[in-house]
Amino acid sequence: MLSLTGAAKTFGPVVALADGTVEIRAGEIHALVGENGAGKSTLVKILAGLYHPDSGDFRLSGEPVHFRSVAESKAAGISVIYQEPTLFPDLTVAENIFIGRQPKGRSRLISRAEMRRQASELFGRLGVPIDPSRAAEGLSIADQQIIEIAKAISLDARVLVMDEPTAALSGVEVERLFAVARALRDKGTGILFISHRFDEVFDLCDRITVMRDGRYIATHRTAEVTVEKIVREMVGRDIGTLFPKAEADIGHTVLKVDGLSRSGVFRDISFDVRAGEIVALAGLVGAGRTEVARAVFGIDPYDSGQVSVEGKPLKARNPQAAIAAGLGFVPEDRRKQGLVMNLSVARNVTLTLRNKFVTAGLINGGKERAAAKEWSKRLQVKAGSQEHAVSTLSGGNQQKVVLAKWLATDPKLLIIDEPTRGIDVGTKSEVHRLISDLAGRGIAILMISSELPEVLGMADRVLVMREGRITAQLDRADADPESVMHAATSSTGVTE
Amino acid sequence: MSSTLRHEEKGTTAARAGGGSGGFGSLLRLRELPVLIALALLVLITFLNNPLFLSPQGVKDLLLNATIIVILAAGQTLLIITRNIDLSVGSMLGLVAFGTGSIFAAMPDLPILAVLLLGMAFGALLGMVNGFLVTVAMVPALVITLGTLYVFRGLNNAWAGGKQYFAGDRPEAFGALSVDTVLGFPIITLLAIAVVAAVAVYMAGTRPGRDLYAIGSDPEAAKVLGIKVSKRVFLAFLANGALAGLAGVLYASRFNSVGATTGTGMELDVVAAAVVGGVAIFGGSGTVAGAALGALLLTTITSSLTALRVDKFWQQAIVGILILTAIVIDRLASLRTARKLRISEARNV
Repeated sequence: MLSLTGAAKTFGPVVALADGTVEIRAGEIHALVGENGAGKSTLVKILAGLYHPDSGDFRLSGEPVHFRSVAESKAAGISVIYQEPTLFPDLTVAENIFIGRQPKGRSRLISRAEMRRQASELFGRLGVPIDPSRAAEGLSIADQQIIEIAKAISLDARVLVMDEPTAALSGVEVERLFAVARALRDKGTGILFISHRFDEVFDLCDRITVMRDGRYIATHRTAEVTVEKIVREMVGRDIGTLFPKAEADIGHTVLKVDGLSRSGVFRDISFDVRAGEIVALAGLVGAGRTEVARAVFGIDPYDSGQVSVEGKPLKARNPQAAIAAGLGFVPEDRRKQGLVMNLSVARNVTLTLRNKFVTAGLINGGKERAAAKEWSKRLQVKAGSQEHAVSTLSGGNQQKVVLAKWLATDPKLLIIDEPTRGIDVGTKSEVHRLISDLAGRGIAILMISSELPEVLGMADRVLVMREGRITAQLDRADADPESVMHAATSSTGVTE
Repeated sequence: MSSTLRHEEKGTTAARAGGGSGGFGSLLRLRELPVLIALALLVLITFLNNPLFLSPQGVKDLLLNATIIVILAAGQTLLIITRNIDLSVGSMLGLVAFGTGSIFAAMPDLPILAVLLLGMAFGALLGMVNGFLVTVAMVPALVITLGTLYVFRGLNNAWAGGKQYFAGDRPEAFGALSVDTVLGFPIITLLAIAVVAAVAVYMAGTRPGRDLYAIGSDPEAAKVLGIKVSKRVFLAFLANGALAGLAGVLYASRFNSVGATTGTGMELDVVAAAVVGGVAIFGGSGTVAGAALGALLLTTITSSLTALRVDKFWQQAIVGILILTAIVIDRLASLRTARKLRISEARNV
């Protein structure tokens, strides 16, 4: 019914999708699997009409289509349900379903009664008790997704795309969603289901398409394939030579995390990081890795457990104390959290230590510039001038500025969240060399990464998280793509 | 799961934006209710102290005082619902009011209806300037209309200079609009009620009207859904301008003199009326009826305090306290929702 063949999409030098190929038949649930960054989201956005492919063949019921907008894709019968649906919080549930096409009464005005009736009927068909008159604000993610599905049904969607719909759902809610999906399939709807959870994929889907590095790899009938084969196809590439970490002397324990828990977010997290060691926190997006890091650094609270630095307990919920104890935190979202984009390179570098340059209550600009210059030089930041705004730099150089900012505080441990996200390939290895270099100088490094090659190439030890728990702890020698992916996705993969 | 659901239903804040399922329960959850109660209390207390307050003349004065602000608040609601604002309404009103004076001075025999339409067209033109700048230049409306507030006022100054037009310069029938009553309501008040009713039907009962709520609730989501955000916002500015134009003409009917400073500072009264009336300043919820009630409450407070012989200096402070109260109530409601949301989400993990 829907077929996309060889779709490509590039953003400047970044190839987001090289060969996007998928075929969805009427009355089937089709799984799309792949690592983070395999190009699944780009493919979905092409189906949704949000992106326009640079090349490739896109057909619906055999007819070639070129969507210029979301509205056109919707009109053609494709509905996309995102992981976090976008409802209007102030409007009622019924109005969210029918916005822009509300049923009208005899007076040619919108008939709320009719709108409620139709919404109730939809929910009745789906077998879910949601009050159509309540405001959408405050609905659980699961209910919001059901509302999106109700909207898709009312639009007579022929193809329903669900982008990681179960990531934020509880077990009961997943069951309910699956029941709805199966009922739709039996009525002839084609469903594309994107998920990282293999148990769900094998439970629900009729066929599975695997993607890797922006390319189509294979399509299998679920009955004829094993989890192991799918995992091999997802990760199957040459790793190990790309990002070698230089050997460093592993010293004393710098960070010790003991039984850290936060209700509903992560549970019983224990690990340590030693001087000169790079420990990677691997796992899928949403496994709770960033949340752990933020709790360790004191940005977010935790319910129980203990964090200590060089044997001394660290105060909870106090980033200042963490910095004073020698911790640094390089967040994933540089633009929002790591840098003040409108300030100059120099200002950003010295932001964490501006108190050192204070003379009589005022910041001494000369000292500030000198320190900034020194660090930028050491890290080879390529900026036109120290005074240029950070926003003018490339992603890789911005990352170096963030690193410089923390290195200037002379940290004992650096937490780096997704060090190379959004950085072009050339600069990636520079950032990796830099991190390896830091470990060589005896800094302990806790690195969160969703990129398997990065994890395997850089880390002395790999901690794999899945749904808020550490499911595996692997030494460099034992860590390979299969073992990490297995621990990150499968519920039976607990190997301690 | 069932406990979560029950919990959420209890925590539902309100059939906001008039989406209630009818009955007494939804009446209680109306955002306009506190304003209505405050207004009733205020009138009652004042009446008990000074029975003249509710004499036919007293009521007429209350309504007349509110009329201009009610019309402006109706237009402003269209914009605030979409997360925009128009601070230039006072200046627009001034320009149109002075224009009305000029027209009657030049052509005393022009039909009143023609003048009303001309004034609205003039206002719509000014509103289009705002709408164009906001939707094309993509600068926040707060900044754009702060600029046009001064630009329009400057034009008014340059045009009027020291000149003023007085009621005597205008036809008697025109002034009678604000004197004659039908069923106890002054004619210009009836016009204002008609405006509020029309805007209310548009906002509650038509698809473009509902789009305005969607835009204010989540502009990005509105774009993704294919709602023509720029077009709707532009038209809202145009409509607001036309209503400011109407208010300008009626101002010339109601008040004795129009000149360079007519309408100065009015924009803040208008925004205050909308906010007090339950229109969320960040868009997405509120009704035009609420804004009109807010306008009535604000103007009635001023009259009440005068009737109660409260020192004039205190009156503004009391209006301010009212605005803060309205905002605090709104904030508490949304904090409560957020807390309920967190609890239910934590259970779902």
